[in-house]
Amino acid sequence: MSYLPYAVAAWICLVGIAGVATSKNLIHLAVCLTVTQSSSYVLLLSVGYVMHGVAPIFLGTKLGTPAVDPVVQALALTDIVVSVAVIGLILALALDAHRLSGTVDPDSLADISG
Amino acid sequence: MLLATTLVPLQAVAFGLVALGAPVVVLTRDPLRQALVNGVYGISLVCLFVVLEAPDPALSMLVVSGIGYPLVILAAIARVRGHERRKREKER
Amino acid sequence: MAVLGPALLGLGALFSWAIAGLPAFGDYRGPYGLVLNRVVVPLRHTTNVVMGTTFDVRGVDTMGEEFILYAAVIGVTLLLRDETRSRQAERRTRRLPSDAVRLLGVLMVGGGLLVGLWLMAFGYVTPGGGFQGGVLASGAILLLYVVGSHRDYRPFRDAHALDPLESLGAGGYVVVGLAALASGTAFLTNLFGLGTTGTLLSSGSIAVLNWASAIAVSCAMLLLFAEFLETYVVPLEPEDTAS
Repeated sequence: MSYLPYAVAAWICLVGIAGVATSKNLIHLAVCLTVTQSSSYVLLLSVGYVMHGVAPIFLGTKLGTPAVDPVVQALALTDIVVSVAVIGLILALALDAHRLSGTVDPDSLADISG
Repeated sequence: MLLATTLVPLQAVAFGLVALGAPVVVLTRDPLRQALVNGVYGISLVCLFVVLEAPDPALSMLVVSGIGYPLVILAAIARVRGHERRKREKER
Repeated sequence: MAVLGPALLGLGALFSWAIAGLPAFGDYRGPYGLVLNRVVVPLRHTTNVVMGTTFDVRGVDTMGEEFILYAAVIGVTLLLRDETRSRQAERRTRRLPSDAVRLLGVLMVGGGLLVGLWLMAFGYVTPGGGFQGGVLASGAILLLYVVGSHRDYRPFRDAHALDPLESLGAGGYVVVGLAALASGTAFLTNLFGLGTTGTLLSSGSIAVLNWASAIAVSCAMLLLFAEFLETYVVPLEPEDTAS
């Protein structure tokens, strides 16, 4: 029985959410969001691990050697691309908010109107 | 609930490094320093993915945390500072 | 802060309850991973099973991922349209203060571009793929901006050239899928001839989709960075000559 990998994924998620909630700077908030997203990669790859498995690349490896799950690796790849898109858009929104209100502090952005 | 009995020591160390890196990234408040610390956290994630026998996500994470994140974060920081400097010059 | 603590504790409790129900680390039970590891190499002639999964078995997901990047670039372009954008950018040149850093950067431009192209080309044979190679190649081109002057980087900033290329990549993906539809089989079926496993001429439509996504991703990254870096160049003249 071993649950350390899943506990690490849950810990990273909680730490990232705490960072997002207590952030005083929109750029710092975006980076904490990427930390939260990284917890999903750790969880996916830990779920797909096969004990004593090799990487699912069969150039030079005989077909039939136990390999780890390729589906979760494909999902993690897509996840990483999505996180780049998300952080790009969030930083663009942060720059737009800074242009309109002159501050990058999320707490004082509540006063923007219109 | 036994926590770490089927883990090879290398995997346990990799998981431990990642678990240590995440609060460090969050606790760095200055965005410029945080971009650098995030890059180091990305490298620790790459080591974890390689140890978990996942070369394709490792390559993706390496490329994204080494090139993708620092560029957009640093460009955003520079633009914010440029705006603030222009505003201060206009007020003078 | 008073709300955050109990909320995080509650979320932590939910996570612990969920983790207790998972199988132990390494005890893989699901059938799909084992089936795919046995089946993809003979069926699709690609030795990188992850790429075979990304571009063939789960190809529709990757199409969605392409369009996520596409939409992100559109969103960033729309958000960062700045009315004070000035045309002074073309006339300014910036030089890095240290020659050693410039030499290293120049070497890395070529090296990064080559490694990126290799990752793109051999994506379905060894670890790599269109996305990884695309971001690395675009990063190497953007290194031109850091190492050289703005004038060196300017041709790669031209949205009139990059927009059609990016659409070629994203649209090419859909066209390959539609070609399969037009010939009577399901969307994104692997129609082209499968070659010899382990060489560059293998895996049929996976190779084409790999290149389409590589082109789309590298142009999307260049456009994204061009939008972010655009007004950065202009107003920082006094500080830059001092650095």
